[in-house]
Amino acid sequence: MTMLLHIYPLTGVALVGLGLYGFLILRHPLRQILAVNVVGAGIFLILGGLGRGAASTDPFPQALVITGIVVAVALTAFGAALILRVVEDERAPNDAAAVKTTEDLT
Amino acid sequence: MTLAFDLILCLMIIGTAAAALLLQNALAAVVFFIVLGNLLGLAWLAMDAVNVAMAEIAIGAGVTGVLLILTRQRLNALGDDLVSAELPGWLRAGALLACAGFTAMVGSAVMSVPPADDLGGSIAALMPGLGIENPVTGVLLAFRAYDTLLEAFVLLGALIAVWSLAPRVAWPHAPAALALAEYEGHDVAAAFGRLLLPLALILAVYLVWAGSDLPGGAFQAGTVLAGGLIIAAIGGVISWPRADDFYLRVALVLGPAVFLIIGAAGIALGRFLFYPPGFEKAFIVAIEYGLALSIGATLALQLAGPPVAPGRKG
Repeated sequence: MTMLLHIYPLTGVALVGLGLYGFLILRHPLRQILAVNVVGAGIFLILGGLGRGAASTDPFPQALVITGIVVAVALTAFGAALILRVVEDERAPNDAAAVKTTEDLT
Repeated sequence: MTLAFDLILCLMIIGTAAAALLLQNALAAVVFFIVLGNLLGLAWLAMDAVNVAMAEIAIGAGVTGVLLILTRQRLNALGDDLVSAELPGWLRAGALLACAGFTAMVGSAVMSVPPADDLGGSIAALMPGLGIENPVTGVLLAFRAYDTLLEAFVLLGALIAVWSLAPRVAWPHAPAALALAEYEGHDVAAAFGRLLLPLALILAVYLVWAGSDLPGGAFQAGTVLAGGLIIAAIGGVISWPRADDFYLRVALVLGPAVFLIIGAAGIALGRFLFYPPGFEKAFIVAIEYGLALSIGATLALQLAGPPVAPGRKG
């Protein structure tokens, strides 16, 4: 019976494990950000699933999870912008030089 | 019946997560991630957590999915094909072993906690004092308002962090346009954006209002607003404002500012974030409308990315 009550938290545990494995073996930073999001989703499931009572799900972890989802998307947006900036600087040295010259002129 | 549903849903969640992580093709991985977000939304529905289901599908699957696809496309344009180099077999095996061990430990820790809605009763007992009926909104805007206030500032801080990545020549211009290049379907995207943006506005206003008593609230409404703005931007119906646009700045700061001012005014009545008795709902709804506007604008601009120098394509 306890297994059945724990089905969603245990799915969350599986997501945490899978996400962590993906984070370790994937070598591209954007794929790693996706893996971090999978870990986050797993933690949310553990948090919400353990607050599941007989009649309803505890509103307190629900509110925490909503907060967490929004912070996760902000983190993902910042990470994506960072990756883009790094790749831009790596791949376009000529552009960077051009930027420098424009700065000197202005 | 329900057990079969739960089991199948959980297996599908684990399967799509594995596909999102292990597929070689980055676009396919992102698509599986979006599917995963929607399945997680179903899982939250199955747990009677409708508020979370809406946030998960709108933000976890929707905004994050668009963000990942957009970033992949921009990386491709820069010549990065998102190929993930293969690790040596022994490293993969080691990672697998370590993660399996960790997962087993977390699993046993989870099994040692019996699921219970311990706080549900005490929150329900406190709700009549607020004049609203959605306990999740009660926790977010009253009992744990401090967390939500900080979160509003975290969102704003994340946007400032994204903006801080702009090259010097790009500041304070607008972010790169999302509009698709001219192609046959462009008119469809434009017409869809024109139709969806007003609908998203109405839906956002409704979600905040309904969120007092029914599932919904500022975060869900803000995401719907962000979704409408993003679709309209993809259709070329709206263009992103400059980063120093006065009205944009007002929209970004309004929610956190209203929240902070009302919270600080509570000090006069006894303590920070204290709502005057009898006016709780009025203050909560006022904060939520401000937050929804700010969250919508902030999410859309986080997705758009840092400002770029004019005349450059993103």
